[in-house]
Amino acid sequence: MTAKSLFEKVWQDHVVVPETDDTPAVLYIDLHLIHEVTTPQAFNVLRERGIRVRRPDLTLATMDHSTPTVPVTSLKDLDVVAEGSAARQIRQMIENCREFGIELHGFDRDTRGIVHVIGPELGATQPGKTIVCGDSHSSTHGAFGALAFGIGSTEVGHVLATQCLLQRRPRTLAVNINGQLAAGVTAKDIILALIAKIGVDGGTGHVIEYRGSTVAALDMEQRMTICNMSIEAGARAGMMAPDETTVEYLRGRPMAPQGADWDAAVKRWLALPSDPGASFDREVSLDASALEPMITFGTNPGMAIPVTAAIPERYSGPSFRKAMEYMQVEAGKPMLGKPVDLVFIGSCTNSRITDLRQVASVLRGRKVADNVKMLIVPGSQAIKQQAESEGLDEVFRAAGADWRESGCSMCLGMNGDTVPAGQLCVSTSNRNFEGRQGIGARTVLASPLTAAAAAVSGSIADPRTLETRQ
Amino acid sequence: MEKFTTLDAIAAPLLRINVDTDAIIPSREMKRVSKLGLSEGLFAGWRYTAPGSREENPDFILNQPPFRDAKILLSGQNFGCGSSREHAVWALAEWGIRCIIAPSFGAIFQGNCVRNGILPVVFDETLVDSLASQVRADPANNLIKVDLVRRIVTAPDGQEHGFEISDGDREMLLEGLDAIALTLRHKQEIQAFRDADRGRRPWVYLD
Repeated sequence: MTAKSLFEKVWQDHVVVPETDDTPAVLYIDLHLIHEVTTPQAFNVLRERGIRVRRPDLTLATMDHSTPTVPVTSLKDLDVVAEGSAARQIRQMIENCREFGIELHGFDRDTRGIVHVIGPELGATQPGKTIVCGDSHSSTHGAFGALAFGIGSTEVGHVLATQCLLQRRPRTLAVNINGQLAAGVTAKDIILALIAKIGVDGGTGHVIEYRGSTVAALDMEQRMTICNMSIEAGARAGMMAPDETTVEYLRGRPMAPQGADWDAAVKRWLALPSDPGASFDREVSLDASALEPMITFGTNPGMAIPVTAAIPERYSGPSFRKAMEYMQVEAGKPMLGKPVDLVFIGSCTNSRITDLRQVASVLRGRKVADNVKMLIVPGSQAIKQQAESEGLDEVFRAAGADWRESGCSMCLGMNGDTVPAGQLCVSTSNRNFEGRQGIGARTVLASPLTAAAAAVSGSIADPRTLETRQ
Repeated sequence: MEKFTTLDAIAAPLLRINVDTDAIIPSREMKRVSKLGLSEGLFAGWRYTAPGSREENPDFILNQPPFRDAKILLSGQNFGCGSSREHAVWALAEWGIRCIIAPSFGAIFQGNCVRNGILPVVFDETLVDSLASQVRADPANNLIKVDLVRRIVTAPDGQEHGFEISDGDREMLLEGLDAIALTLRHKQEIQAFRDADRGRRPWVYLD
């Protein structure tokens, strides 16, 4: 028997009709995550054709993108705290879920949160599943050994109607990450360093498998941070081998299998890792022990450097110059010490409990600098509760940070949480695109530790120079 | 979906690399529950003079007279990277773009194009640059011809350049086909798969 990769195993397990030269494969989808922004047009298509949702039980619905991060205790509140068009989108989601019989993790539920945070949290994300969502950061779920990728709204309609997708088989890219991370260096730094190395289209057409001793040593939340940003390297998906860490994370979660099903599932999951000798279309390696905390300086996530380094002068061309002008930075000069206006902790990349604990370890006993406004947005209502039970919210408030309800918030500035024009925001999110966080916003991507260090220093800072306090 | 067979149109060079879907349509422009009206937000960050205004920036190429009628966009590598938002494609389509020629595309965006009657054509950077300079010499008259039936782009100088597109995508564009209908032809196979899979992985099914 030929050695198979993790991706090949999951792919083969879901082929309903094999692909041919003329036609893509019909691929079965195990879990469809939906939210209010990329689904209304898809539900309209179903309505126009009189089609029902084929598998409401395999469809997990929440609201996160345009939702306010101030409390919404009743739907009457919504019009007060949300912009009219956002409120309309949210109401439409509630109506669509009601009409099509889909359970909605909405404002009245303590399970609501960012779609890529609650999938794993509820135990719906599992190894070996095919998972899709009308959101490019669906790659997050690959941390569990699932094949998970973002789709457009037409495809959302397709999955709702058929529970399948038409897919061409992507190529595979093995990313070998070995070595022990130095203190102050985290998963976010690994993925930023990787994208800087292979480029924002370095993974195009490929599914990445992240492998090696560094990956095996990471907890699930750190693994999710890496897989989350696979799309920022252009990859179709990112995956990691399920192991005991994965199994322990899922054990006892509400939607995880129970009893005999659990035992059978675990057996199947632990057989999913790539066989020894499995081949990949491409391979790259990264020495994790040499990594430093990373930050971005330009307008895509590949424009990243170690926090102590100067902006490289090796780039040229009009696109690079435009990025430098937009960011008001200069090649040859460091980002370190640049004054910061805003710090955003949140998004599907870095808003989980361990991220918040890291932020608290920097903020404890310190103050957010006078020139900085800091917004901390937990990834889900469950994380919010967990953080509050640990007293993290008090650490944040005492430092002068703003502690909010869960949602995508300032990552994409769709819910009213935006960065004012010209301001510099150090953000734990995933994209530093021009205008992403607000018109004229200048975004610097960093890990939770580096972002927190910037908040208390008032400027871009090296987190390794600050003692952390547990 | 509008069918795509041939096109003979003005092309607008927007030769930036990594044009992301946030640039094509910012999130603040997509709080709609339908596909209509999204073209107003197309390239909003570049197309208008001031944040939030609708006053056109005369420096932006799609605001300049011959290019206002462009149906083809020429751009740099990795066009449409980033967010999966199909709103980007709906906005381009409503504005009038039917074909985008670039060295490479973001994968989700490229798929979204085909599902909405927009043809993505991959040409290397040298060829895209050459097309752009020919177009710039006389934008209103130096049209680019696209023939999906023959898989050929004819440059203003008369040279023909073949492009690759999978048969499935080509068929979908030529016929204006709908993927849901195509997939539902396999209803029985889907049912059989599900019945067998339920035996293998009962925990996946929650009904």
